[in-house]
Amino acid sequence: MKVRSTQPTRRLALITGAMSVAVLALTACGGGASEPSATSSTPAAGGLAEGGATTLTMWVDAERAPALEEITKSFKEDTGIEVKLAVKDFAAVRDDFITQVPTGKGPDLIVGPHDWLGTFVQNGVIAPVELGDKASEFQESTIQAMTYDGSVYGVPYALENIALLRNTDLVPEAAATFEEVIANGEAAVAAGDAVYPFLVGMDPKQGDPYHLYPLQTSMGVPVFGQNDDGSYNADELLLGEPNGVEFAKKLVEWGDTGSKVINSNITGDIAKEKFNAGESPYFLTGPWNVPDAQAAGLNLAVDELPTVGAEDAQPFIGVNGFFISSKSANALAANEFAVNYLSTEAAQDAMYDVGGRPPALNASFDKAASDPIVAAFGEIGANGVPMPALPEMQAVWADWGATELALIKGSDDPTGAWTTMVGNIEAKIAGQ
Amino acid sequence: MPTLAPPGPAATRPRKKSGITPDSTLGLLAKIVLLGLVDAFAVYVSITLFLQEKWVILVFASAVTLLINWIYLRKGGLPAKYLAPGIFFLVIFQVFVMVYSGYVAFTNYGDGHNSTKADAVNAIQLSAQQRVLDSPAYRVSILERDGDFHLLATDPDGGVSVGATDAPLEDADAITDATGRAVELEGYRTLQFGEVLANQEDILAVTVPFSDDPEDGSLRTSDGSSAYVYRPSLSFDEATSTFTDLETGTTYTDTGEGSFQSADGEQLSTGWKVNVGFDNFTKAFSDQNIRDPLLQVVLWTFTFAIVSVLSTFALGLFLANAFNLPDLRGKRIYRILMILPYAFPAFLAGLVWSGLLNPEFGFVNTTFFGGADIPWLTDPLLAKVSVLVVNLWLGFPYMFLVCTGALQSLPEEVNEAARMDGASAWRTFTAIKLPLLLVSVAPLLIASFAFNFNNFNVIYMLTDGGPRFDNTTANIGHTDILITMVYEIAFGTGVGRDYGLASALSIIIFLIVAVVSAVSFRQTKALEDIN
Repeated sequence: MKVRSTQPTRRLALITGAMSVAVLALTACGGGASEPSATSSTPAAGGLAEGGATTLTMWVDAERAPALEEITKSFKEDTGIEVKLAVKDFAAVRDDFITQVPTGKGPDLIVGPHDWLGTFVQNGVIAPVELGDKASEFQESTIQAMTYDGSVYGVPYALENIALLRNTDLVPEAAATFEEVIANGEAAVAAGDAVYPFLVGMDPKQGDPYHLYPLQTSMGVPVFGQNDDGSYNADELLLGEPNGVEFAKKLVEWGDTGSKVINSNITGDIAKEKFNAGESPYFLTGPWNVPDAQAAGLNLAVDELPTVGAEDAQPFIGVNGFFISSKSANALAANEFAVNYLSTEAAQDAMYDVGGRPPALNASFDKAASDPIVAAFGEIGANGVPMPALPEMQAVWADWGATELALIKGSDDPTGAWTTMVGNIEAKIAGQ
Repeated sequence: MPTLAPPGPAATRPRKKSGITPDSTLGLLAKIVLLGLVDAFAVYVSITLFLQEKWVILVFASAVTLLINWIYLRKGGLPAKYLAPGIFFLVIFQVFVMVYSGYVAFTNYGDGHNSTKADAVNAIQLSAQQRVLDSPAYRVSILERDGDFHLLATDPDGGVSVGATDAPLEDADAITDATGRAVELEGYRTLQFGEVLANQEDILAVTVPFSDDPEDGSLRTSDGSSAYVYRPSLSFDEATSTFTDLETGTTYTDTGEGSFQSADGEQLSTGWKVNVGFDNFTKAFSDQNIRDPLLQVVLWTFTFAIVSVLSTFALGLFLANAFNLPDLRGKRIYRILMILPYAFPAFLAGLVWSGLLNPEFGFVNTTFFGGADIPWLTDPLLAKVSVLVVNLWLGFPYMFLVCTGALQSLPEEVNEAARMDGASAWRTFTAIKLPLLLVSVAPLLIASFAFNFNNFNVIYMLTDGGPRFDNTTANIGHTDILITMVYEIAFGTGVGRDYGLASALSIIIFLIVAVVSAVSFRQTKALEDIN
């Protein structure tokens, strides 16, 4: 043992040496960020230009990332700022954003649907965006959707909504009311051309109030009341309107124990499969199912949403857009990128090319509308209402869906079921 | 953490002299490299923490680094050297998570109470800046004089004005570029975009009063190239920590519950995280939504966990026995097929099975029941059966593996002795094999119980707790177990997610599982007496 008594010091020396090398290497990596390019003009600039932002981080999902590469490249050319596109799992990105922004490690920008707004604002994680006069270049409904508590919070790029897809080989003429739709569908079934008169996907656990909403609004039963500026008022739950009960009765009538026009066992996947197989003339769905239907060789028409009552059949519209973090260390650069680059025709065109949803920018929309399907979806969307972004909406979905599902499965007491639902939702909203 | 290194007896033990011992040159080199890597990482982390001014974590990280170095550089203390990495990861991935959950249980952390008060105030102030209706859009250049930033604004009609935070907007005679936008002004220096970026925090903070009357609002820029007239709808008074609505005059005061509230109970949208003491635990026992269905849910949770353990164990044991016959051909192939469900992620299996069990289109009804309309997932009783069957399908391979291993390790002599004594196969199994098997398998059964007690995936993906109870406003149903009920209560009802309540409820569940497991483990001691 004695022989090695000097060893600890030798080891220590070695280790300290290794550590200092590591420290040097690491600090060199950390501090060597490149300076912004356009600083040379005035010699007197001195220390002003030091420590400028050189990168922005944006969270996107895998599908949209490629569409943004072009615009980030031109942003880098103009300003020297690199936009890092961090690809994130769409299912978790909203919650990750909410948890990470307060720690200061969140991104500068995030892509998402407008109905995240309420939760984002509630948690204080996004900052308003001033579009200025550019706002008028966007479709009005998209700006309205991006508005929360009177401020615009995002740069919209696409909107999506459902419509009634019709297989023109089975039913050649468009129908206006749901009754006619059912009649046409049943005629096709009676003639042996189809198996199902009408298809809409139902979640076997939660129903699907989103898809059934146009039928409901046509009976004059929106979810929330709207203020003068178009924003929703959480204190005014309109599901309890007298016609709500009538709608509940209709659901039973259409459901499993009635005409089976709406079948609780048909999930979204099954509905798509049956429609693409030509087994039904109608499919109430969104643009996301159109490419596959076309690939299946169907002759498609996009019809106006059918009405049940006297009012307009208004679908929910979902607007996708870009949001800026409230704790972005590069807020100015992020604003510059969002307001002046992501709102350009080139950027919106690129997003349309990968997503296939009608663009939010009028100029891009007009171009995309050369496709009759996109034009038709866009036209129906113009009549829609933004999905409420209020945090209170979360209290609505579960009860609403479960009750509708129960009614479709059959109920002796639709009035009771609907009133209980309204009571439950009111209790939940009040409880917070 | 500080008690990592008990002075081990190993230090006094004679050392072996074979292979790579800590004393060989190679061993020394490996030690230096590994420790060097750890230290390099630690230094990197420390620098990052230093730059972010996270002092508490920095001190902690340095202490841990020093401790690790001390453990591995000193002579002796061999047990500590073996235990240190394991304990380090245990602390980070287990102890920290548990302590953090414990901490969260005493806060109101959740949607609307997400961060600090400073962040909330900042977010409210950002949102309160409203653009003055029909005010023009200005194009701006950023100027600098004596270290102050000024906005040089060009209105849509070409009028030019200049101002800073303490200097209201006044007309100016500036040099314009080709587009008519003012870019330079005598006595000031125009900032290039790079400089604007470098000073963005100060520039974003520039609010140029539009006139001497604060009612007219102020000019601000958010991108360094355009500016608008804003008027805040709320003003914050730091001294009293209150927000005042400038239009209605309502004041919103800090209630001490993590939000600003007016006298008539109206809250500002963004709140912050505060400690709430035992509120979450009180709520767990007083909330009507939890209390009403609690008994049913607890009963079903125990039924689910116990039946799942017994059924998977019975099937696994039976199959293990069957495929343990010495003269069975193709045993390996059977065994591989048997454990396939084990390789399936539980949440995926849940989704697949919910498709298979679709009453009208599902494989089960169309193929096995000749198209009968059996509501597997929507009838209260059938839904429970379905959940148990699917969990059996998912869980038996594990028991099969465990039992196969245990059976193979049983000494063959016992078996032979039993045969010599003329015992039947059944008797050999019940009187000899099973008791011996239980000695090694019983702890695993308890672990399996604890796992199934919190088997979130199967329930959530297969039935989502449904069909729903009629007597409760919460979305809780006949197949909900405690953990899915917690999820519904904390995340699925009301407005937003409530991490504080979820943590409190999880701690209560943990206590239940811990008590049940502890009692069971005591019982298994009796089994060991068989040996």
